Amino acid sequence: MDRRIRVLVGKPGLDGHDRGAKVVAAALRDAGMEVIYTGLHQTPEMIVEAAVQEDVDVVALSVLSGAHLTVFPRVRALLEERGAGHKLLTGGGIIPDEDIEMLKQKGVGRLFGPGTNTSDIVEYIREWARTHAHSEG
Amino acid sequence: MDPLVERVLQGEKSALARVISRIENREPQAVALLDELFLHQKAAPRIGVTGPPGAGKSTLVTGLIRILREQGHRVGVVAVDPTSPFSGGAVLGDRVRMNEVALDPGVFIRSMATRGSLGGLASTSREVCEALDAFGSDRILLETVGVGQSELDVAQAADSTVVVVVPESGDSVQALKAGLMEIADIFVVNKADREGADRMVHDLESALSLKNWKDRWKPPVLKTVASRGEGIREVNEALERHAAWQLETGQLSHRRRESVGARILELTREAVTRAVLAKAGRPELEARVDAVLKGVESPYRAAERWAAELLDTANAPSP
Ligand SMILES: Nc1nc2c(ncn2[C@@H]2O[C@H](COP(=O)(O)OP(=O)(O)O)[C@@H](O)[C@H]2O)c(=O)[nH]1
Ligand SMILES: [Mg+2]
Repeated sequence: MDRRIRVLVGKPGLDGHDRGAKVVAAALRDAGMEVIYTGLHQTPEMIVEAAVQEDVDVVALSVLSGAHLTVFPRVRALLEERGAGHKLLTGGGIIPDEDIEMLKQKGVGRLFGPGTNTSDIVEYIREWARTHAHSEG
Repeated sequence: MDPLVERVLQGEKSALARVISRIENREPQAVALLDELFLHQKAAPRIGVTGPPGAGKSTLVTGLIRILREQGHRVGVVAVDPTSPFSGGAVLGDRVRMNEVALDPGVFIRSMATRGSLGGLASTSREVCEALDAFGSDRILLETVGVGQSELDVAQAADSTVVVVVPESGDSVQALKAGLMEIADIFVVNKADREGADRMVHDLESALSLKNWKDRWKPPVLKTVASRGEGIREVNEALERHAAWQLETGQLSHRRRESVGARILELTREAVTRAVLAKAGRPELEARVDAVLKGVESPYRAAERWAAELLDTANAPSP
């Protein structure tokens, strides 16, 4: 058997650059993961459709536009709707602590602030995969 | 019937996605799944698109998807990118260009990493095409990065192969002489909005004209500006002509025969190697390595002897 952790990395919203997302994508690749990079301007529908077709274990979103309170719950809900509720939804952006807490209540995983060391993200996903991944949906 | 297969046949995308993962992970259940799916294939045409990184393959594939969808086809796409030899990971970025068709219910796109396979084509991508076919995709597009030998893989897995080059890849004419000439059914000079496209077309055509095409398919050389959707319709028409020619001449069944034959051999080789290692175990191999390192015999002789011994054992009448 030859399993790899598969991670969708995408950037919802209208803001213009994806440097952060690309850095994370490269770090996950260097950690031996397969990253499906979907690029900019992703709607929650596009993210979830890609997550389903690519059968990823993890959806990691870079949200810088302050839309986190709408984007994360919406993606979470669509994942549930598609029978993909077992996937980890995580990400990063400038997100106030109280919002992180609220999103956590809604089933969103850890969210990383700007300047996070990529190795923390790698470790978090690895640890999650050790305990959850490949459980059937 | 396996419930997962049933869901695939009913057109459930998440079930197809699971099946594909099982195939590419080489999970033990994959063989049984493939076995069942195989019977539901409709022999959908498989179109390979290969060429150097950045040539515009994904953009061209997206254009082709759009046209095939207009024609009412259901399209399956397998986009293969290389696995990093250092980490075993990969960044699969072909979806970035395909976003505009990503929500179309008649389109299924799967990104694959080459994982262990040497060529540019993931060793399991053929099986993934079979799953897409059983799922109901009646046109299958297979995008792979062409570097060196890997194009041959694509040619073998696809019914028609489109080789994409760009004007600035002047030295690729050199490469064409080496291997691409043999596998291209259609040449596309993409980024024709750039300097040198006509020259590139001319170079390719003159290289092609040196060959004898009697009773063979002579690859057309087409210009596209994939990012503006220009020339894609002509590529699709050329694909249709090639498909018709293959059908007429019996090339299609010939090519598929070759492909299936090669695949059976490859799978058998893998299975035999696995079985030998499982049965004889590593020590048996190590002993032979020792002999070679001590200069007792060459690796060729060692392999030959081992194979002969194995065949002897297999052929011996059971006691
Ligand atoms: N100028 C120009 N750029 C193109 C054309 N087709 C694609 N591109 C661009 O070339 C880059 C690579 O395209 P992509 O389809 O990802 O190439 P691939 O790596 O071969 O799949 C992208 O930035 C495209 O927008 C074209 O016809 N002309
Ligand atoms: Mg590409």
